[in-house]
Order: sequence, then structure tokens, then C-alpha cells
Amino acid sequence: MDFNDSQQEAAFRKEARDFLEANAEKRSIISDKPNDKSPQIAVAGAPETVKGGKEAAQEALERAKVWQKKKAEAGFAAILWPKEFGGYGGSPIQQVIYSQEEHDYLVPSGYFEIGIGMLGPTMMVWGKDEDKKRYLPKMITGEEIWCQLFSEPSAGSDLAGIKMKAEKDGDEWVLNGQKVWTSGAHFADYGMIVARSDPSALKHKGLTYFYLDMKTPGIEVRPIKQISGTSNFNEVFFNDVRIPDSQRLGGEGEGWKVALTTLMNERLAVGDPPGLDFDQIFEATKELEVEDGLAIKNSEVRQKMADWYVQSRGLQYTKFRSITALSKGQTPGPELSISKLVTASKMQDVSAYALELMDSSGMVHHDQNPVLKNLFQNGYFFSAAMRIAGGTDEVLRNIIAERVLGLPQDERADKKVPFNELPSGKN
Amino acid sequence: MNFDFSDDQKLLRDQARKFLFDKCDRKSVRTILDDDQLHYHKELWSQISEMGWTGTAIPEEYGGLGLGMLELCVIAEELGRSLAPTPFSSSIYLFAEFIKNYGSEDQKKKFLPLIASGEKIGTFALSETNGTPKPSNVKTEYSSEKINGYKSPVSDGETADYLIIAANSDNKGNRNSLSLYIIDLHQDGVSKTSLETIDPTRPACSIKFENVKAELLGEQGMAWDMTENIFNRAAVLYSFEQVGGAQVSLDEAKKYSMERFAFGRQIGSFQALKHKMADMYVKIELARSNAYYGAWALSTDSNELPVAAAGARVSASDAFNYAAKENIQIHGGVGFTWDYDCHLFYRRSKLLSLNIGSTRQWKENLISNLEKRNIV
Ligand SMILES: Cc1cc2nc3c(=O)[nH]c(=O)nc-3n(C[C@H](O)[C@H](O)[C@H](O)COP(=O)(O)OP(=O)(O)OC[C@H]3O[C@@H](n4cnc5c(N)ncnc54)[C@H](O)[C@@H]3O)c2cc1C
Ligand SMILES: Cc1cc2nc3c(=O)[nH]c(=O)nc-3n(C[C@H](O)[C@H](O)[C@H](O)COP(=O)(O)OP(=O)(O)OC[C@H]3O[C@@H](n4cnc5c(N)ncnc54)[C@H](O)[C@@H]3O)c2cc1C
Repeated sequence: MDFNDSQQEAAFRKEARDFLEANAEKRSIISDKPNDKSPQIAVAGAPETVKGGKEAAQEALERAKVWQKKKAEAGFAAILWPKEFGGYGGSPIQQVIYSQEEHDYLVPSGYFEIGIGMLGPTMMVWGKDEDKKRYLPKMITGEEIWCQLFSEPSAGSDLAGIKMKAEKDGDEWVLNGQKVWTSGAHFADYGMIVARSDPSALKHKGLTYFYLDMKTPGIEVRPIKQISGTSNFNEVFFNDVRIPDSQRLGGEGEGWKVALTTLMNERLAVGDPPGLDFDQIFEATKELEVEDGLAIKNSEVRQKMADWYVQSRGLQYTKFRSITALSKGQTPGPELSISKLVTASKMQDVSAYALELMDSSGMVHHDQNPVLKNLFQNGYFFSAAMRIAGGTDEVLRNIIAERVLGLPQDERADKKVPFNELPSGKN
Repeated sequence: MNFDFSDDQKLLRDQARKFLFDKCDRKSVRTILDDDQLHYHKELWSQISEMGWTGTAIPEEYGGLGLGMLELCVIAEELGRSLAPTPFSSSIYLFAEFIKNYGSEDQKKKFLPLIASGEKIGTFALSETNGTPKPSNVKTEYSSEKINGYKSPVSDGETADYLIIAANSDNKGNRNSLSLYIIDLHQDGVSKTSLETIDPTRPACSIKFENVKAELLGEQGMAWDMTENIFNRAAVLYSFEQVGGAQVSLDEAKKYSMERFAFGRQIGSFQALKHKMADMYVKIELARSNAYYGAWALSTDSNELPVAAAGARVSASDAFNYAAKENIQIHGGVGFTWDYDCHLFYRRSKLLSLNIGSTRQWKENLISNLEKRNIV
């Protein structure tokens, strides 16, 4: 056992580190800059809470685009993608190495992951050559941002339950209906969408998949205010939106298969967000006072910290096991399927406990404390989203139970019946 | 990065698993459980000794196989899976490690070959009263070359030939007044009293010492430091046993839940149970990864060992305790019967998480070692 890079891995790591050192600022465990605008916690599609309204959000977006361009020029924006589309043509292990290195730097995140991580790979599998040439390079450079128009009011976990209508009219399709929770739709240039082209077919058979320009007439984006107070996701309404058949990915009625390509990549794209883990609360407990002195000296605090430490490091070492498989050219086992499930709840528990330790000043959601900032207050809200987005805790447990452990599938009421005869709720 | 066991080590694991599957079935575990007169599985002990498992990490010059700690980790996981009723942990993870790391040349020559061959069994005892052992509650004394005092519980004390204990060498009851002594248990003045444990396949006794001869192990006044180090080493090995036991608890819960029907369906199709088993899986994978890290630290003599060992230990205790109790739960009423095997794992999980220090003690160790590491 060792943690050493192979010669090539070490060379790549140096390349990555040199680039980051020259272009980005190192992250401290808890940022000590009171007005630091760099994101501290973010996941795919949910840039960090940007306070200060539209202008600040626009500024953050521009900063992110500048950074993305640099990263793309250096080749690190899409390490796994072929060179012809502007990727690095690299291996999974190189992707992991770059991510490990970037983790230590304050760089914008939350804008491009959905495109590069999920939608680009879908286009690579299902798109025509001219589509790939036209769209993929600009996805990497951040010049064009993409969003994922999947969830609807009546279809989230049960994605195949979507109702968005797609009707064929000559060589055009007409879309009518509503999408919801679409992260980044308010700044996205393009989107990928699943719609129901045949309501009389079985639920998973009547779907078709498209990409579209978000400026197509008939699309209306309305930001939704989140519990964090900011708006990163949206409702998107479609009123007689006409798109050419050439924007279809996969065959008519094959939309579920195409969507699965996207979803398979989602598990990889939703990585571990930096910035709120054991290390942060460990730092905090060295400064916060409780009834008997510094929090870190209190035995209840120490007991809890130990639990989070073993979760945090347990995940890190689990990743090392997967990386080992990758670096031997093998497919990693299913062990990484636990990652988001553990991370999201840990973040929620850590945040809530940190607020407890602050006692009544934990109530204050304000940049007053220059050291702790709002890290834990933000985390308290943000973690609630993490447990839902990209597969809820419950759905992830089902996946582990059924696909990893091989337990029986849930009994389902929706397998053999045409979609338009299925029971549905008030949505 | 190579964060995995080697192909040879995996081969050893497969062989050990197959061997224990044949020779250490549940029936043989139960023979020890059901008979108070039997303290361990003698036949199994001599077979695994013959194969050299007891000497895995003991150098060849002292009669061992001279393999490494990683190989010992591999064997530990298999012993944990099979619930092997042997004094392996006491004699190998503790006694042999104490002698190997702190014994004089003469002591190594004298004890290690006997331990490596399985001919003799050693153990270690620290505790004398209820609660967390600390220097001030060690009352056993060494003076005029004799030990007087009492230790309890002593794991595998009934079967052991040798014992290492901590005793006061200058009667002050603080950390630096404690030294380690090796005692030959076959002498006058040693009296043993059997104790029933929560897992009778892993027995313990109390031992009284009246003017008993003993020899010093390691440096005078260093008992606590040496014990901490050997406990760290043992904690990694224990964590592999625990991961092994946890995995089998999950496998058996899963198997039962697929065979048992209620409300017209397999109970394994109820989400309440599926989610429990998913949670078992999560805890086990975290524990396995933490144990691997411990194994790395142990096998490379890294100064990360105190943190890595405590992390492995805390995570593994959590995984095995959870898997064992939910395994009973998933079995319903039959899980509470003597006949079903669930209780064997339930017993073992708690016993393992108390031996060499409770989980709360290891959590405390973990955080204090993290603090120390930060200062350095
Ligand atoms: C911050 C954020 C960003 C998002 N971004 C996007 C995006 O960019 N694009 C997009 O398309 N979607 C996005 N989503 C939507 C997300 O994918 C869905 O919210 C998620 O899949 C859950 O669906 P739902 O909200 O409809 O909840 P439901 O599916 O209605 O779930 C409600 C509750 O029921 C439980 N449940 C549902 N089915 C089962 C089951 N089979 N077994 C057990 N429990 C079950 C769930 O776990 C949950 O607790 C985002 C969501 C969030 C929170
Ligand atoms: C100490 C003790 C004393 C008892 N005394 C008596 C007595 O005096 N008289 C008597 O008649 N009975 C008695 N019982 C039996 C007791 O009522 C049953 O054990 C209990 O109802 C569970 O049934 P089961 O053992 O068949 O388990 P099962 O019903 O097979 O359950 C196995 C597992 O499946 C789960 N499960 C089952 N159905 C569902 C579901 N729909 N959704 C989710 N999970 C499910 C259970 O929660 C359990 O985890 C006793 C049991 C014990 C342990």
C-alpha cells in the first residue's frame, strides 16, 4: 500500500498544480476575508449564495466565465473529453488528480458542471457530428452555459412521470408545459429537455429528448426564491415553443434511454463540495467558547467531532480505493455510491451543531464574525438542498439496496399501464 | 496510488476464508458458546498455528513467518467473519506485539517462538475496576521482585500461559510510576476466577496475584506509553475483525430478508428494511476504508498511526454494532432465539468494541491525537 503517484500521474499533478498556483488563490480552512466573494460551498447547478442582488450575481457569473476560459485554455476544463472538442483527452485518474488539486483553491463553481459533467457527455453519445462540433467546445470554455430541464411539478424522483407535451408538426416539434427546479435557467444559453411525445404509450416508452436555445420564443423563465433567500433554480414555462426535429437526441420514444445517459453522468458530476466538513468545525471549536471553556475541550463536542472525522476521512479513503482501481485501469466498485448520501447529511449535522456551539449568536446570519463568517449558517440551508438535488437520500438508499445489495425492487403501480391511465396526485 | 491489498494478500484472504468456512462453522462456534468448560476451540487453534497464522507478523528468526502487518490484517478480517473462538487477538495482537516491540533480545528469543507456534498463549491486562482505566486506578504493585494485586477482566486469562500487566513500580499511582511485567501464570500465588462474558466464545477471568514472580518488560515507568502504542497497533487489527463481522451480519440479514415473506411479499422488498441495509452498507464501506488507512499506517510505521488507528477503531465499532443489532431486527422474533445465529454477532460486536477500550474512549483518543498532530 502506498499513496504515491506513478511517474505520469506525478507529472500531470505538477502540471495541474502549476496552473492553479499561477491562476488561483489558495483556500484557507475557513476563509478569513470578511467580504470574500469567492464561493465557499456550491454543487453542480447551484452556485454559492451570492448576496447583493442581481448585479452581484451578474458579476459573479462574469468572474466565473473568465476563470472557466483560462481553465479551458490550459486544458483542464474537460479532462475526459476528446481533444477535438477542446478537451484534454485524459483519463479518469487525471480527472481525479485535477479535482484533488483544485479542491485546495478558491475557484468559482456551480455554473458549468451540469453542461460539462452531464449534458455534454449526453450529446457525445447521442448527438450528430455537426452538433458536437458546434456546441461542445463552447460548453467547455464557458462561453455558452447549459441547463437541465428534467424535473416537473409532478415528476422529480420519478422522472419518467413527466407531462411536458411534445407534439410533432411537420419537421418541427411543439412543446407545451412546465419544468421546475431548473438550476441556472436564468443565465443558461441552452438546455436539454425530456418531454412526452406519446401519452398513450407506457410511461418509459413515450418520451423524447431534445436540446434547445433558451431564447426560443415561448420560453419563460421565472426564478424561484429558495429557503436560502437567493434564487438559483427556476420554473420554466413552455408555450407553443417550436423547435426543429434536428434538435432531437435519440429516436422518437427513446427519450428515457437518452435521459439515463445524463443521469448516469449526474452521479459523477455531483462531487463533494469543498468548504464545510470536519476541518471547518474543528477550526471553529478552537475558537468558540462553551460553558466549560473552549468547545474543543468539551467532551460531548469531542465525541461528536470523532463521528464526523471518521465519516469525512472514511469517504476520502473510499475515494482512494476507487482511484486505485482507476489507476490500474479497472472499473471501481460500487463503494462511491455512498458519497453524496453521507456528505449531505454530514454537512447538515455539522452546520446545525456549529450553530448550537455559537449559542444565541448562532441565530445571526450576518457577516459579523470575521473568522466564521456565515459558513455554518449558509451550510445549514444549503445542505437541505443537497439531500434532495441529484437524487434524494431515500432514492440513493433505494439504489444502494437494489443495485448494490441486490434486494428486490419496490412494488410499482406504473409498469404495465399506459401513461395516460396512471393515477396521479394533485399536480 | 495503490490503496489496496496486493494479489498475494488477496490470495491469502481467499485461502483463509475457505479454510475457516470448512473448519470454523457455526456449529463449532456454538460448541464453545454452550459449554462453560471450553474456553476456546483447541483443534482450530492448533490448525491455524500449524499453518503459521499465529506467526504471520513475527520475524523468521523468532519462529514466525516473517510476513507483514498487512497480512495480519487480512487474517484478522477472516477471523472476524468466522467468529473464530480462539485467543488470537490476546496472544497475537497484544502479547506478541508487546514482546516484539519492547522485549529484550532474550525475551524475544524466549517467548516469540512459543507464541508463533501456538504452543503457548499470552495475554495482556490493564483494568482492575469498572470504568475507563487510568494510571490512578492501577493498584497492583511490584516490589521486592514480586507482584501483588488483581486484574479483571483478563481476556483469555483462563487459557493463557503468560500475561503482561501494568503495575506500580514506585507506588505513586501516576503515569510514570507504572511499568510492564511479564508473568508466567503457571506458578503459586496466581489464582484465577472465571467470569461470564457477554460473548462466551471470547472468555475472560479475573486474576489475583500473591507474591508472584515477574520480569520487567521494556523501560521502567513507561507502561502507559507502551500500552498506548500497542493498543493503537491492535486497534487496527480489531477493526478488521469488526469489519469482517459487520459484513457477514449484513449478508445474513440480506439473505434472510429475501427468503422470508410477510404481507404477500419478501420482507426484503419493504423499504424500511432496504434502507436499514443500505445504511449498514454505508457504515461498512466507511469502516473498511478507515481500516485500510489504519493498515497502511500500521504497515509503514507511520506517525499517522495514532490518528489512523483511532479512526479505524471508531468507524469499525460503529459499523459492527449497527449491523449486528439491525440484523436481529430484520430477523424479527427468530432473531431473538438461541438457535438463530444473529446473537452470536450481536455478542461479538459489543465485546470487540469494549475490549482494548470503549468506543467513547477511542473517540477521545482520536480527537486528542488530532490536537497533538496539529501542534506538531
Ligand atoms: C437545489 C436543487 C437544484 C436542482 N436542480 C435541478 C436541475 O437543474 N434540473 C432538474 O431537472 N431538476 C433539478 N432539481 C430537482 C431535483 O432533481 C428533484 O428535486 C429531486 O429529484 C426530487 O424530486 P421532487 O422534488 O419532485 O421530490 P419527490 O420526488 O416528490 O420526493 C418527495 C419525497 O418523497 C421521497 N420519495 C420519492 N420517491 C420515492 C421512492 N421511490 N422511495 C422512497 N422515497 C421516495 C423523496 O425522497 C422525498 O423525500 C433540483 C433540486 C434542488 C433541490
Ligand atoms: C420476546 C418475545 C415474546 C413474544 N411473545 C409472543 C406471545 O406471547 N404471543 C404471540 O403470539 N407472539 C409473541 N411474540 C411474537 C411477536 O409478536 C413477533 O415476533 C412479531 O410480531 C414479529 O413477527 P415475526 O417474528 O414473524 O417477524 P416478521 O414479521 O417476519 O418480521 C421480520 C422483519 O420484517 C419487518 N417487516 C415485516 N412486515 C413489514 C412491513 N409491512 N413493513 C416493514 N417491515 C416489515 C419486521 O419489522 C422485521 O424487521 C413474541 C416475540 C418476542 C421477540
